[in-house]
Amino acid sequence: MSTQSSFVTSATELRAYAPSTDLAIASPLSRKASAPSRPVISPENLRTEPGPIRFVIIALAVTFLTVFVVLPLVVVFAQAFSKGVGAYFGALAEPEALSAIKLTLLVAAISVTLNLIFGVIAAWAITKFDFRGKTFLITLIDLPFSVSPVISGLVFVLLFGAQGFLGPWLQANNIHVLFAVPGIALATIFVTFPFVARALIPLMQEQGTQEEEAAISLGASGLQTFFRVTLPNIKWGLLYGVLLCNARAMGEFGAVSVVSGHIRGETNTMPLLVEILYNEYQFVSSFAIASLLAMLALITLIVKTVLERRLDEGQPPA
Amino acid sequence: MTIEVKNIVKKFGAFTALDNVDLKVGKGELLALLGPSGSGKTTLLRIIAGLDWPDFGEVSFDGEDALTRGASERHVGFVFQHYALFRHMTVFENVAFGLRVQPRAVRKDEASIRARVKELLDLVQLDWLANRYPSQLSGGQRQRIALARALAIEPRILLLDEPFGALDAKVRKELRQWLRSLHSEIHVTSIFVTHDQEEALEVANRVVVMDKGRIEQIGTPGEVYDSPATAFVHGFIGESIVLPVDVSGGSVRLGGRPLNIAANGAASGASKLFVRRHDMQIGPAGSGSLEGAVRHVRSFGPIQRAEVTLSGAEGKTVIEIDAPRDRELQAGEIVGLQPRRYRIFAAQD
Repeated sequence: MSTQSSFVTSATELRAYAPSTDLAIASPLSRKASAPSRPVISPENLRTEPGPIRFVIIALAVTFLTVFVVLPLVVVFAQAFSKGVGAYFGALAEPEALSAIKLTLLVAAISVTLNLIFGVIAAWAITKFDFRGKTFLITLIDLPFSVSPVISGLVFVLLFGAQGFLGPWLQANNIHVLFAVPGIALATIFVTFPFVARALIPLMQEQGTQEEEAAISLGASGLQTFFRVTLPNIKWGLLYGVLLCNARAMGEFGAVSVVSGHIRGETNTMPLLVEILYNEYQFVSSFAIASLLAMLALITLIVKTVLERRLDEGQPPA
Repeated sequence: MTIEVKNIVKKFGAFTALDNVDLKVGKGELLALLGPSGSGKTTLLRIIAGLDWPDFGEVSFDGEDALTRGASERHVGFVFQHYALFRHMTVFENVAFGLRVQPRAVRKDEASIRARVKELLDLVQLDWLANRYPSQLSGGQRQRIALARALAIEPRILLLDEPFGALDAKVRKELRQWLRSLHSEIHVTSIFVTHDQEEALEVANRVVVMDKGRIEQIGTPGEVYDSPATAFVHGFIGESIVLPVDVSGGSVRLGGRPLNIAANGAASGASKLFVRRHDMQIGPAGSGSLEGAVRHVRSFGPIQRAEVTLSGAEGKTVIEIDAPRDRELQAGEIVGLQPRRYRIFAAQD
């Protein structure tokens, strides 16, 4: 009896998938009568390619991933541990390495915090209000994505450098922007600006303004509306944006390289130090720090997958 | 609470949503704003709520200017067409929201908030859903929760924007009756927007018919149905037969043939004759000033609906007539027709 019923469902599904062919059967009975003369085709077979083609496509994808993603990762860790675990941790404990790790964490903390605030404000303004110049603002937000990071760094050199626009004034007041933490933070903020806003805008657009209107008509103030209604609705999207923003902030090379000045133990972030050590043939140290960045990437990917699942559900757990 | 709206004008770019609208709503009324989409009814409701602002005009509650206050200060309960429940909060927290966001000085303590929410959930008969999330409710349940949430702040006015528009026909009917009885229970001044004439006529004490940003007629359901003020109202409310006629010197002609009806003071010129389907008397051939051939008859309930092709110089016009079932009509039969009750409006175009 159970085979009978599953047979009926597959027949009806068949009709749905192949409505124009003679596989479209009017009733289970007539299907049964004609069944012996035809091979039984399952819905899965109708939807996919024949076996050999499937095999080739999957093999291609796996090979590509292995060569371009898995192998490089393996090489990073293999090189990092090539002289043993002791050498690995020794390399990480070097003062230069520790300083680079500290600086990277500091810059990431500054830029992620500020971009979180800017991003939420920008997305809130763009999606919940109508105003002149909205499209221009959206274009501005995307600008850092379309400009080469080196150019982004150069902009700050032109602004704050000794021959730059604000340089003389800064020098006169003994404020250090370039070749110091502020410059590195500014360049990183610029490069990572779009992540939070870009993650939030489509989400907030889809959610519309009705819940906010309901909250306001119930007597909530603007801030109450934001913290009690808007923020809980966007929290997963916000975390997603922060995650990507953080990954980029820690990994940024081009823009930071231009403004950092590469002062050892002072203005080298982790990506910069990786390059310097590599150029000095200190492979273990170089790859040890690279392995930290690789681990950051792996963690980011895992958390990102979890967040994406949350975003798809879109609803709190029951 | 009385509401007074004066000379309201609202434009969205080149589109005029409201064109000089005046409206007075009495204390405890249940008023319907009825009109096709784009007639401005929702915009008017949103302006009263403070969710939109007029370009010109005044809105006052009990004689007090309302436009100086934002939506959060107007104490207006607003129910949205798509419920707008807070999706991340339970039903209980949704209803409690308006109480929890009150300024600390007037906010009730947790125990009285709980008691009040319980009371409201009992009122909408959904206390058993308190711990569910909105996504776990049916449309009808969501709308009742939205209403409970709006009532939590003890609004001076209740505004409902197409409250039943997103529900299926059966639930809609139930909720209509329920809204009526709820209104007679709590008696708060209420305005609801609808494009469904049946809903407006069935639920409201007074109906405001709107079209293209203007108010066409304000009246009781009986008044707007029986004595429509304009051609638009006659065409929009109830099913009507519309025939192009010429009025000259007190006589009415259809395609050159005189109709045996009085012009009732209608101005001379091209006009439109409106007759309700059930106000067209059907008799044997030659019994009326119009004649036609029955094309098709469907019988259901107390009436039979006949499709009749009018014969005349104006070409083929098919009209639908509701006749009592005392005399069964046959397809192909030639019948005489005479409007019993009718109205004539000048043709606008």
